[in-house]
Amino acid sequence: MFADRKKILLIGFGNPARADDGLGPALAEKIESKNLSLVTVEADYQLTIEDSAQAAEHDIVIFADASADGAEPFSFEPVVAKYSDGFSTHSVEPAHIMALAESLFGSKAKGFILGIRGYEFDRFGEGLTDKAKANLKKAVDFFEGYIQRKTMDETSIATGKRNT
Amino acid sequence: MSTSKRVVIEPVTRVEGHGKVSILLDENNKVTQARFHVVEFRGFERFIQGRPYWEIPVLVQRLCGICPVSHHLAAAKAMDRIVGADKLTPTAEKIRRLMHYGQMFQSHALHFFHLCSPDLLFGFDADPKIRNIIGVAVKFPDLAVQGVMMRKFGQEIIKATAGKKIHGTGAIPGGINKNLSITERDAFLKDIGQMLEWARAALNIAKDYTVKNLDKLKPFGSFDSNHLSLVRKDGAMDFYHGNLRAIDATGKKIFDQVDYSNYLDYIAEEVKSWSYMKFPFIKSLGPKTGWYRVGPLARVNTCDFIDTPEAEKARKEFMALTGGRPNNITMAYHWARMIELLHAIEKINELLHDPDLQGTDLIVKGKRRNEGIGLLEAPRGTLFHHYRVNDDDQIVMANLIVSTTNNNEPMNRAVQKVAADHIDGAPKITEGLLNHIEVAIRAYDPCLSCATHALGKMPLMVTLYDHNGSEIETKTK
Repeated sequence: MFADRKKILLIGFGNPARADDGLGPALAEKIESKNLSLVTVEADYQLTIEDSAQAAEHDIVIFADASADGAEPFSFEPVVAKYSDGFSTHSVEPAHIMALAESLFGSKAKGFILGIRGYEFDRFGEGLTDKAKANLKKAVDFFEGYIQRKTMDETSIATGKRNT
Repeated sequence: MSTSKRVVIEPVTRVEGHGKVSILLDENNKVTQARFHVVEFRGFERFIQGRPYWEIPVLVQRLCGICPVSHHLAAAKAMDRIVGADKLTPTAEKIRRLMHYGQMFQSHALHFFHLCSPDLLFGFDADPKIRNIIGVAVKFPDLAVQGVMMRKFGQEIIKATAGKKIHGTGAIPGGINKNLSITERDAFLKDIGQMLEWARAALNIAKDYTVKNLDKLKPFGSFDSNHLSLVRKDGAMDFYHGNLRAIDATGKKIFDQVDYSNYLDYIAEEVKSWSYMKFPFIKSLGPKTGWYRVGPLARVNTCDFIDTPEAEKARKEFMALTGGRPNNITMAYHWARMIELLHAIEKINELLHDPDLQGTDLIVKGKRRNEGIGLLEAPRGTLFHHYRVNDDDQIVMANLIVSTTNNNEPMNRAVQKVAADHIDGAPKITEGLLNHIEVAIRAYDPCLSCATHALGKMPLMVTLYDHNGSEIETKTK
């Protein structure tokens, strides 16, 4: 499976010009620089519907976003595919992306949200707060560990060995 | 780290806004006033002050996550003036145009398929449980896929010309920093036939719906208005560059071929106590009658012709509906938008066959100036960027009039009309009223993120007040 395509899609989203809201793109930038062979990395201001087509080309989709009041330093939760009906907003939720990927493209991908706790969102300005930077570092470490575990799982399956 | 606690992802600073509608009733429960409020935060103009001018085309993309290219290019056009680049090289102008038409294509496709098609395919009085993207995905799965793929095609063009989707750097003061390779071009040409076919089909859906439901749509949130857009020197529709033209509801020109560098002589903005969003108007007419519409409806109304054959044929059909006079039907925005969608993909096709896209002469410079104004036609309408720069190359003044702000008064009028037509003696926010207000505002495809630079997610909130100003009811969608 790994030889044929990239397995994991990471989408870091948020607005880097709004302080800690840039946590998602910041994580994407750091992961991209590591050039992990299993991972496709995207960064954007917000999620949009075409992300569903790309999600459907992967087995696992991880949405990295800033969290205003989530757990510190970050949380990692599954996404349940679910449509949301917007009024005129063009931003869509991870659950909506997964629902579109499933219904329009027959995707069986699993989705997760990596919510990195941020603290300052109310100002225009680039640069993360120190606390957000610390949380970002831990989230990057977690993500790398997650990829390593997935790689070992796949290798074990391919070689018939059970990973203990 | 906790994995047991449910994470609440609050996109509090996503580039969005929210819409709030307040409706005031008289003693007989008739509508006396309806207003569309937008919470505005005009911090962006201040944020960029002090920054070097060459950073601005990249920085302003953070105004809006849905049409960053419009801000990127409008700022680049203003900065062209700063560096004295009065005429770009053919390669630079055509690459920018390709980027812009890609943006127009993806934005219109997104709006049509994801937000508007449920209204058109099921009728806007249909049960909201069906009239949504889920309903479209179930009943018209091919259309839903087409919407996603058209949006993706436009985004890929942006990526190829701007460098990347986020923080694109393609347009720089005086030109561009990359051309389009043969490989990139051929990848787009492979799909262009399919995109043209889907655009034609989308146009037919919008046209057929409008014609079939004309009696119902004519009065829906509709009113006579002025219209404003850029047009080319020969009167053709042009999204990227042109001069300002304004017409009244009958088609009479208020002004024409105005160099947009002089926009302040023709356009002013009114501040109203109840809204943070300004109300632009044509100076010669004053704020009461000088407000105007922008965007697809205005552009199709103001131009003399469209310079691509299929879109021009469609424009003629559109104008025939109103005997050649401007179309003032609010719901006709959707049809006009699809004419533009077809025009955009025709232009993309034309550009992709132009060898100038592979040229290597990318940048020009001239005599440095301290002021730059850049206008273009963004998906939602005319976008104004105006900057002053000091001798140290720092921005000292920025004024942006974004498309949705230009449509502020028309959106308010549409809400007032719909509310007055649908509240009939019963002081209650019905599901029907909520839906109709939503449909009316959606016709304008407002991008409240740009208009507001706001914090917060974007629900539609409608509040009903009695004649004493006491709140009767609030509903949120």
